[in-house]
Amino acid sequence: MTHDPVRISLLGVPGWAVLWALSVAAFGVFGWRAWQLIGLLRQGRPENRFDQLGQRVLRFCKHVLLQPRLLNERSIGLPHLLIFWGFVVYVICFNWSLVRGLVPVLPIPYPEEVFVAALFLKAFAVLVLISLGIAVARRIFFPPPHLHLSWDANLILSLIAVLMLTTLLSAFWPRAMWWLHMVTVLFFLVYLPYSKHLHLLASPFNVFFGNLRPAGDLGIAGGSEEITAGSAKWNEFTWKQLLSGFSCAECGRCDRACPATTAGFPLQPQEIVQKLKKHTIHAGLETNGGKLIGDVITEDEIWACTTCMSCMERCAVLNEQIPIIVQLRRHLVAEGQMAKTLQDALQNFTRYGNSFGKSDRMRAKWTQPLGWKVKDARKEPVEYLWFVGDYASYDPRLEEITRQTARLFQQAGVDFGILYEGERNAGNDVRRIGEEGLFEMLRDKNKQSFEKAQFKAIVTTDPHAYNALKNEYGLSVPVLHYSELLDQLVAQGKLTFAKKNGVRATYHDPCYLGRYNDIYEPARRVLQAAGVELVEMPRSRCQSYCCGAGGGRIWMEDTPGVKERSAESRVREAAALGVDTLVVACPKDLVMFQDAVKTAGLEGKLTIKDLTELVQEALKPAAQA
Amino acid sequence: MNILVLLKMVPDVVEELEVAGDGKSLDTSFLRTIINERDDHALEQAILLKERHGGKVTVVALDAPDIDDTLFATMAKGADRAVKITDAPEGMTTQMAAKLCGQVVAGLLPADLVLTGVQALDDLDGLSAALVAQQLNFPYIGVVTAVTAGGPTATVLKEFAGGVRGEFAVTLPAVLGVQAAEKPPRYVPVAKVRAVMKTNKIETVSAPGDAGAAQIEVRQLAKPVVSSHAEMLEGSPEEAAGKLVELLAQRGLL
Amino acid sequence: MASNIWVLAETWRGQVTETTLELLTLGREVAGQSGSQLEAVLLGDKSLAASLGAADNVLCAANVEPTPEAVAAALAQLVKERQPQAVLVPWTNLSMDAGALAAAQLNVPFVNGCKDLKSDAGTLVAQCVVYGGKLEAAVSATTASTLFGVLPGSRSAASPGNAPTVTDVAVTLPEAKVKFTKYLEPEAGGVDITQQDVLIAVGRGIQTQDNMELANDLAAALGGAVCGSRPVIDQGWLPLSCQVGKSGMQVKPKLYIMLGISGAPEHIEGIKGAQVVVAVNTDAAAPVFNASHYGINADLFEVVPALTEAVKAKKG
Repeated sequence: MTHDPVRISLLGVPGWAVLWALSVAAFGVFGWRAWQLIGLLRQGRPENRFDQLGQRVLRFCKHVLLQPRLLNERSIGLPHLLIFWGFVVYVICFNWSLVRGLVPVLPIPYPEEVFVAALFLKAFAVLVLISLGIAVARRIFFPPPHLHLSWDANLILSLIAVLMLTTLLSAFWPRAMWWLHMVTVLFFLVYLPYSKHLHLLASPFNVFFGNLRPAGDLGIAGGSEEITAGSAKWNEFTWKQLLSGFSCAECGRCDRACPATTAGFPLQPQEIVQKLKKHTIHAGLETNGGKLIGDVITEDEIWACTTCMSCMERCAVLNEQIPIIVQLRRHLVAEGQMAKTLQDALQNFTRYGNSFGKSDRMRAKWTQPLGWKVKDARKEPVEYLWFVGDYASYDPRLEEITRQTARLFQQAGVDFGILYEGERNAGNDVRRIGEEGLFEMLRDKNKQSFEKAQFKAIVTTDPHAYNALKNEYGLSVPVLHYSELLDQLVAQGKLTFAKKNGVRATYHDPCYLGRYNDIYEPARRVLQAAGVELVEMPRSRCQSYCCGAGGGRIWMEDTPGVKERSAESRVREAAALGVDTLVVACPKDLVMFQDAVKTAGLEGKLTIKDLTELVQEALKPAAQA
Repeated sequence: MNILVLLKMVPDVVEELEVAGDGKSLDTSFLRTIINERDDHALEQAILLKERHGGKVTVVALDAPDIDDTLFATMAKGADRAVKITDAPEGMTTQMAAKLCGQVVAGLLPADLVLTGVQALDDLDGLSAALVAQQLNFPYIGVVTAVTAGGPTATVLKEFAGGVRGEFAVTLPAVLGVQAAEKPPRYVPVAKVRAVMKTNKIETVSAPGDAGAAQIEVRQLAKPVVSSHAEMLEGSPEEAAGKLVELLAQRGLL
Repeated sequence: MASNIWVLAETWRGQVTETTLELLTLGREVAGQSGSQLEAVLLGDKSLAASLGAADNVLCAANVEPTPEAVAAALAQLVKERQPQAVLVPWTNLSMDAGALAAAQLNVPFVNGCKDLKSDAGTLVAQCVVYGGKLEAAVSATTASTLFGVLPGSRSAASPGNAPTVTDVAVTLPEAKVKFTKYLEPEAGGVDITQQDVLIAVGRGIQTQDNMELANDLAAALGGAVCGSRPVIDQGWLPLSCQVGKSGMQVKPKLYIMLGISGAPEHIEGIKGAQVVVAVNTDAAAPVFNASHYGINADLFEVVPALTEAVKAKKG
C-alpha cells in the first residue's frame, strides 16, 4: 500500500495507537467471554475424549475442512464450504494485517500488497459474496423447515458481506476500506461468542472430540457410575455434551430428519441442544434459569425420542443429541417419573426378562408347531446361536415368521440352536429408556446363558438386539444379523433360488442395523438374488425413516396432537412407489407397519413382509420341506 | 406418622400352577413367587403417606423364596426398615400366618397405621388385615383406595360397587386392608435396589410362639372343572369375524 | 335338628342386594341337605325384611351402622349367642371386611371365594376360587359356626316369597372407631353401561389408549358402548363408571364382546346377566373362554377391524 493506513492521524491520535486501543478492547472482551464459556465446560462432568488422536485428526480434516455432511443439502452445501474457506483465508490475512498495523516498523508488506494473497482475497471475496447471495436468497425465498431465521444470522451475513466489499472496494478508498475492514473484524470478534456463530469457534473442537466408539454408544468413556445415574442439572452433563450447544449452528438438519419432529411430537433435537446451551449460560453465569427438566426441557420432549439416530447422522458438527436425551431419561427413571405403560414394561423386563409379561418358560413356545426340536444350544454345541428376541418369540403376529426363519435356516443347512428360557431381552431399548441398571442385569443374565452354551457365532433376527450384542456386550464371538447370514449363504451357494420371485418391492432399512451399524447392502443382495425387483424409497439407507417404535416408544402412548404417525408416513412413502410389498428385517417394523397399513387405508395395496418370507417364496421347490 | 406394612409373597399366576401329587397342595418345584399385588399397593400407599406427612415406614414379611429381593426393593422405594420373620412353619394358612405376623407387628408398635392388602391370591380362611386388627385390638376397614391422615383420625375411602366410594373417619391407630393405592405402585430402578443392598440391612426376627393349627382342611386342589367352554371360531381373523357375524345375525343381535 | 344356616343380608342404599338373594338360594340348598332352617341376618332397616321371604326367619338388629366394624361386632355377637351351623357372607367389596372381622373375633375361619357350598356327610364343603381363578380348592372347616364368603353369581336370586317371620334381636355395640361420613359418586361418564344392549369390553390386551379407537369403531358399528376391566380404568382410558366387575358395574347386555380380557373372576362377576358373550384373546388357555359362548383365539388387532367391516357389510 502506498500509504500505510496506520501512519495517519485520527483526530490527532496516530492510527497505530487507535488500532492498539481497538484491538486490546476487542480481544479483551473476546477473551473474557471465551474464558467464561471454557469455565462452564470445565464444570461439566469429565469424559475422556483425548484418545486415538490420529483418528481425531482425520475426522477433523474430513468434517471441518471438507464438510461432506453439509454438501448433502445442495442449496447451501457448496456456499457454506466457500464461506468457510473464505473465512480461513480472511482470518489469516486479518492477523497478518493486524500484526503489521500494530507494529508499523515491521519490515513486511500488508497482505494486499502481496500478489498471491491479494489474489486469494479478491477471488474469495467474489465467491463468498455469491455464496452469501445464495444463503440470503435461501433464507428469504426458500427456507427449509426448522432453519432458525434469526436477526442474529442476518447480522452476521451482513458483516461478512461488508468484509468482502471492503476488499473489493479497497482499490478506490484503500485506507478507509482497510480501517472499515479491521473494525468490522474486531466487532465480529466481540460479537461472535455471544451469537450462534459461536459454532464457528466451537465446532472444530466438537468435531475433533467427537465420538469414535460405535454410533449408538451410551457409555461415557472414563465415566463413573454416578454419571450413568443421569443428569438433571447443566453441570451434570459432560464437558463434551455442553460443548454440543456451543457448536450448534441452528441449521435445523436434525429437526428435518427427526421422525418425532415430523410426526408432530413435542421434540426437536436442535431445541434440546439449544435449550441446554441457553440454560447452561443462564444457570452457570447468571445463576438463574429454573429447572432444566420441567422449566426448560419438558418430560414429553425427553420421552418423544425414538433414538433412531437420524439427527446424529445428519448433524454437520457431529453433535450427539441422543446421549443427552438418554442422560435426561436416566434421571427421570431414577425418580420414577415415566408413563405407566413404560413402568409396566420395565417391571416385566425385571421379572420375566421380556416386555410381554409372559413366563420365560413360554419363550420357545413358538417352536412347538415346527414338528421338530430346535437344538438347545446349552445342551449341545451349535455353530450359530440364534438370539431370537422378544417380539419374534412372544408376539402372536410374528410367530409364524419366526418358524419360517427356523425352517429356512434348517433348509440351508445352518447348524443352529436357541437358548430357550435362558434368553432375556437384549436390553438395547431398556438402555435407551434410561434404565441402565436393568440393562446391565439383562446383559449379565444373557451372558451367563452364553457361557453355558457352545457356539461359534451369534445370529439374531432383531436389529435392536443386534446392536446391543455387537456393541454393548463385549463379546468375543462374531454377531450377525440374519440378513448378513442369508447373504453369506447365498454367496456360498447354500441358498439357491429356482425361480425369480418377480415381486416389485422396496426395503426399509432398520435404524439399528443401518445408521447404528452401517449395514445396508446384505438384505438388498439377498432380495436381488431371490429375484425381487428392488425399488428404493426416497428416504433410504442412512436416510431411512424410523417406524416410531424405537427407544422404548413402543411402550408409550402417542402424544395428543400428533399429525402423522411415523409408520403411516413410511407405508405411504412405500405405496407411492407403486410397489406391492414393503420388505422389513426387524420384527418391530413388521408389527408397526402392518398396523400402519390398516390405519393408513392401504390394505390390499401394500403388503408388509419379512425378508424371510420373500426368500422362502423363491426357494427351489425341491428344497422346501 | 409411623406406618407398618405387612407383605406376603404369593404364587405368580403368570406361570402355570401345578397341583402336587397329594392333590391338595401346590407343586412347589417350579413355583415362583411374587409380592401379593394388593400388598404392593399397601406399600405404595404407605410411602405416599410418608411423603406427605413424614414419618417412618417399616415393612414386615414372612420369609419366602425371593423375599430378600422384594424387601430390598421396598427400601429402595422409600421404606425405612424391613423385618423378615424367619423359622416359621411351612404351609401355614392365612389365619396361622396372621397370628405370627400380628405378634411381630405388636412388637414393632407404636404405629399410627398398619397397612396390608385387603386380600391375597392364596387366602382361603380369612383376611390378614382383619385378623391382625383383631389381635392388636385396632379398628379395621377393608377395600381401601385412599387415605388422608391428620390428627387422631384418618379419612379413608372404601370402594363399593359401581364406582361408588364411601368416606369413613377411622380412629388411629388402625389396620387398613388396601385395595388400591392412590397411584399405581412406583417403579424402582435396578441400580437403586442394588445401592440399597449395599447400604441397608434386612432385620430378622424368629417366628414368635405358636401359629396354632389350621381350622380348615383342603380336601382337593385342582384346575377348575370347566362346565362350559366357548365354541371356538377357527380360521383367519377375517373368516372368524365372518362366522361370528353370521351367528350374531342368526340370533338377531345385529 | 341341626343348627341353622345363616345368610348375612347385605343392604346397599336402602335395598337388599341381588347377591343376598343368591346366597339365600344357596343357603336354602345347604339347609335342605342338612335338615336345618335358613335364617337371614338383617342388620339395619327392618322394613327390608320383606325382601327376605326366601328365609324361614329373619333376625333383625336395627341399630347397626353400615360400617364393617359395627356389622362384624353385631354378627359375631349373634353367632356367639345362637350358634348357627354356618354363616354365608357375600364375598363383595361391601361385606368382605365385615365377614373377615367377625370371623377373626369368633376365632373361626372365613372361608372365602366360595362359588359353591354343599353338605358332605354333615360337613360343609366349599368350592373356592383361588390363585386368581387358576385353581379351585375344596375346603371344609373344622370349627362350628364357620363363615363362608360366597361369590356373587353362585346361584340365581331367590324370589322374595311371603313376608318372613322377623325376630328382633338386640346387640350391644362397642364405641364406634370407624364412622361413615358420606358417599362419593363416580363422575358421570356419559354412557350408562348398565342400560346398553351391546357392550364392547376392553382389557389389558388393548395395550395403548390409541387402540381404544378399534373398540370404539366396533361399538359404533354394532350400536353399543365401550366398557372395560380394571386395568383399562386404572390407566384412565375409560371413566370409572365404565368399569365392569366386582368394583364396577353389573351389566346385562344382549351381547357382550370381550377384547383382550383374560377373564379374572372379578371381571366375570360383573357379566353374569349378559345373554351372549364373545371373547377375543391371543391366549387359547385364557379363562375368559370358559365364561363365554363364542371364542376367537387370535390377535384382537386383526380380528376387530375385520369384525367391524363384517358387521358394517352385514348391516348394509
